[in-house]
Amino acid sequence: MSGNWIEVCATGDIDEEDVMRFDHHGKTFAVYRSPDDEFFATDGLCTHEHIHLADGLVMDEIIECPKHNGRFNYKTGEAKGAPVCVNLNTYPVKVEGGTVFISI
Amino acid sequence: MAHYVIIGAGECGTRAAFGLREKGFGDEVTLIGSEPVAPYERPPLSKAGLAGALQPKFIAAPERYAESSIHLRTDATAINLDVRNKIVTLADGAIIAYDKLLLATGARARPFPGMPESSACIRSLRTHHDAMALHHMLKPGRHIAIIGGGFIGLEVAATARKLGADVTVLEGLERILKRGVPEVIADAVCARHRVEGVRIRCGVSIESLNEADEKAVITLAAGDVVEADLVLVGIGARPNVELAEKAGIAIENGIAVNAQLQTSALDVFAAGDCCSFPLDIYSGIRVRLESWRNAQEQGNLAAANMLGTGEAVSAVPWFWSDQYDMTLQIAGLAEGAVTHLRRDLGDGAFILFHLDETGRLIAASGIGPGNAVARDIRLAEMLIAARACPDPAALTTSHVKLKSLLAA
Repeated sequence: MSGNWIEVCATGDIDEEDVMRFDHHGKTFAVYRSPDDEFFATDGLCTHEHIHLADGLVMDEIIECPKHNGRFNYKTGEAKGAPVCVNLNTYPVKVEGGTVFISI
Repeated sequence: MAHYVIIGAGECGTRAAFGLREKGFGDEVTLIGSEPVAPYERPPLSKAGLAGALQPKFIAAPERYAESSIHLRTDATAINLDVRNKIVTLADGAIIAYDKLLLATGARARPFPGMPESSACIRSLRTHHDAMALHHMLKPGRHIAIIGGGFIGLEVAATARKLGADVTVLEGLERILKRGVPEVIADAVCARHRVEGVRIRCGVSIESLNEADEKAVITLAAGDVVEADLVLVGIGARPNVELAEKAGIAIENGIAVNAQLQTSALDVFAAGDCCSFPLDIYSGIRVRLESWRNAQEQGNLAAANMLGTGEAVSAVPWFWSDQYDMTLQIAGLAEGAVTHLRRDLGDGAFILFHLDETGRLIAASGIGPGNAVARDIRLAEMLIAARACPDPAALTTSHVKLKSLLAA
């Protein structure tokens, strides 16, 4: 690949409505697969206490932090109420030849 | 213009104040807190906060109160509540009239009988001030004795070891974490503490606790004496009910509220650690919960009900504790369980599912490194809320996703 697209994994490595942790150059991302087979990526750490979101639960477009149940919309990064109030950054994702790439 | 007043600026009261604004309340909101600092998160006090973060972790940036038109009064203590005339009196003489009131007065550390009220070497842990005082005493070479093998005591034990102190835990019951934690999980916690060098003595009866020559001296009924540079008393908490009790509000293991968090007084609500409430999913049993999540959820619920929505408490109780690299999480109440099923998740992480005699899942308890058990405990919580009777084989087979059981 050229440009700033970074290879993450094969599409089959992430289950439907699930999340995977992806580390790159000291930064952690969370990469999601929706029930309708779309892929998304956000920062990987909760903005409340920097917990890995990939250990959390994905359901109905929401990633929920495993520690304090902070919730974000994984498609938009929007914080969905206390204890989190700072949104997650989101990153472009594309799938080519069964491989997931994110643009950082 | 209506004036809604919240007494208690902990997690619950603060959440309620912002909850009122988030739900569209545009009139006056006053939040009264007895501590001198803006509202802060309490869970870190026995964990990371004690280990090094000297600044409180604020629930909201201090400027957000003014931005949200919330009148935050710190260092202010309510000393009288007149529910007939709807007036609160503060210690400084200020009189505040309310239209609706929320009591989110929390709980305070239960003292050890005979424990001195003020002592450099015998302390409790409830506030940021307490944590800072402890922080300065947890150092290599110091001996810390902890009375009580509950969450607070064990979290401080783990933090104290991390800071190099020598630690002894004294528990009166036959094992640690007797309240609400299954024995097999308590055993795992106990084993880890022992590996880390903590001395844990269970079944000990303490005859006296004194200080002498800047040391604390614990005399055990068996006759031996434990000397320590610091004693932390972690034997539970007492709900702060005095203000409500004096006002004639019904008390029952805390301020008694109904499922909508209403007290026996008109337009007075109570929420969080200070109140007991009926829990519908457990046949209406009345409980009082001391937990961060409960404080948050009830703060939000109280705000909604102060605005007249009439919503009932429906949340499943949920607790967690961090010690070393382990996290322990519990969803639901396991009393009444007759079947306990185990799901192993690898790396020593496991979950116990607790079922009643009908096969209904009523609680789940898990422990493991990091957040290994978090997702499954969260799903178990949803199954408990749904009053599900999951297939036992599916619960114990780790490759069967619990999420799939939600749809069943």
